[in-house]
Amino acid sequence: MTDSGQIVTVNAERIDAAIAIQFKEDMRTETESGAARVILDLSEVEFIDSSGLGAIVAAMKQLGSSRKLDLAGLSPMVDKVFRLTRMDTVFDLYASLSEATAVNNT
Amino acid sequence: MDLKAQLAQIENLMVDSFAFSFLATELDARSGVGSVVERLRIMGLPESRADDVQIALSEAVNNVVEHAYANATPGNVSIGCNLDAEQLWISIRDAGLPLPKENLAVGKPADLSGPREDLPEGGFGWFLIRELTSDIKYERDNGNNRLSLCFDVSKSCV
Repeated sequence: MTDSGQIVTVNAERIDAAIAIQFKEDMRTETESGAARVILDLSEVEFIDSSGLGAIVAAMKQLGSSRKLDLAGLSPMVDKVFRLTRMDTVFDLYASLSEATAVNNT
Repeated sequence: MDLKAQLAQIENLMVDSFAFSFLATELDARSGVGSVVERLRIMGLPESRADDVQIALSEAVNNVVEHAYANATPGNVSIGCNLDAEQLWISIRDAGLPLPKENLAVGKPADLSGPREDLPEGGFGWFLIRELTSDIKYERDNGNNRLSLCFDVSKSCV
């Protein structure tokens, strides 16, 4: 936990169909503490598919309406998938984790 | 024209093609698509285009894994690639259930206008494929599906 929120780091190169369900479950466990703002650090993630995108949306929805999920460290391919699907209008995207934590919007 | 320019011209006229097949499971699809994209990179597909191919091809192959071979023992997915100076055609063949025809027609983005609890968690795949390709063809023949995706190589369309 930092002043700017809880940081959850994804230790995987991909969030795809093969791990989407597991990812959603892990996010539920990780975010149980109830931080108002969760920053998902995607710096290690090089690739995401539509199932992975759906799992991130699901993770955001399971936080409930009073909590926020921000995304940080998007690789070019991950960034592209978010922009093409207009999901960049749903999430706040930060190029790096340090940029995300510099913003204190809890 | 010097030798280098001549060679470049010959290269531009050449069509490179290869085929590759793997079992339609999530993990084999992951490594299979990775191998295809790596091979295309070696063949000279520009990096930004290789990313587009990886995104679109992953969605197309995932559809085969999840829908064409749904309720059945997974069969093979065969990928054929044909790259020239202007276009890359990739065909994806399988012996599973036919593609519902409406899937090819749908290219609409997901509706993100509602409240957070109504946001879609799926249905992005076909939209991504449509956005990243310049042409799509589908044929059903003798119990086989053949989906062909075309990518412009000479210019970036996104």
